[in-house]
Amino acid sequence: MAELKLFRTWSSPFALRVVWALDLKGIQFDTIFEDLTNKSSSLLQYNPIYKKVPVLVHNGKPLAESLVILEYIDETWKQTPLLPEDPSERATARFWAKFGDDKVLPSVWNVFIKQGKDQEEAIVTAHENLRNLEGLISGKKFFSGETIGLVDLAFGWLANLLGVFEE
Amino acid sequence: MADEVVLLDLWASMFGMRVRIALAEKGIKYEYKEEDLKNKSPLLLQMNPIHKKIPVLIHNGKPVCESLIIVQYIDEVWKDKSPLLPSHPYQRAQARFWADFVDKKVYDVSRKLWTTKGEEKEAAKKEFFETYKILEGELGDKPYFGGETFGYVDLAFVTFYSWFYVVETFGEFSIEAECPKIIAWAKRCLQKETVAKTLPDQKKVYEFIRQMRGE
Repeated sequence: MAELKLFRTWSSPFALRVVWALDLKGIQFDTIFEDLTNKSSSLLQYNPIYKKVPVLVHNGKPLAESLVILEYIDETWKQTPLLPEDPSERATARFWAKFGDDKVLPSVWNVFIKQGKDQEEAIVTAHENLRNLEGLISGKKFFSGETIGLVDLAFGWLANLLGVFEE
Repeated sequence: MADEVVLLDLWASMFGMRVRIALAEKGIKYEYKEEDLKNKSPLLLQMNPIHKKIPVLIHNGKPVCESLIIVQYIDEVWKDKSPLLPSHPYQRAQARFWADFVDKKVYDVSRKLWTTKGEEKEAAKKEFFETYKILEGELGDKPYFGGETFGYVDLAFVTFYSWFYVVETFGEFSIEAECPKIIAWAKRCLQKETVAKTLPDQKKVYEFIRQMRGE
């Protein structure tokens, strides 16, 4: 029987993606909650490069970086696919997931943590990024079409934080 | 129906080079269009409106952006020849992890060497070697990052070799002195025709940077 462990914190949006992916596919796993101020020796052993969550350990073999983990999950458990079959659509999904992590998330985060003029500039950048997402989802139920896919999981944090962002 | 493949690129871009090596590995015929980044073509702005960057692969009119995403696309479409990624999911995940590491770390830390001075530059040098030592560790005693054969991570990283002279000259250090395995690995990769034909001469890249800096 497969042994699957997920190292995470309660709030990490990157770790939550992995939880959602595993839940969508109906896969059982154990959760280990990490205290990031006092990281476990297991976490440091499994992710020596970044020392971050999430880390998925499958039959003793560790995987780090949430988008890498999501693709691994999709390739290993084929039910409820997260990525489409068509290579062009796959490339597009990967592009938007990366855009989310590289641009949208940091820009929204900056709105939360910066003040004054820096915050104003952050708001402008965040709005630009969000406008691009508007274009992407327009007319569709989910970013990925009729069903939830990689891009929706990648932006799940946004659904949760929209209220906080507006405030 | 014949495939129409166009690549929007810049000769000195280590990201563009990744795509060129992938296309060569698969034996794909394509039209190469050189971009002037100070005067971007309407085609580039139309095909990559979000980032307005090269490389962009246009396959039968549809654009694919971001070099590693393009390489994975090429691997998936032209899957019958010279696979670039391993076939086993765990090894694929490891390959993606390390290519992503190269993306996250190598470019930024290299760039700081020719854009900063003094204390900032010293800090960049330290970070540069920390990053390269990690990569050396991952390579270990294997001939390639991919194991016995040239693969995805090798492709993602070897293109930076053409910038080593830039990095060493601005950084005032020798990469070989600190990371001999990396140099040995790069030279091994250069024995492959697709890599040797794609990577431009290091001195040419250096002249390009000097021109960009207005020297």
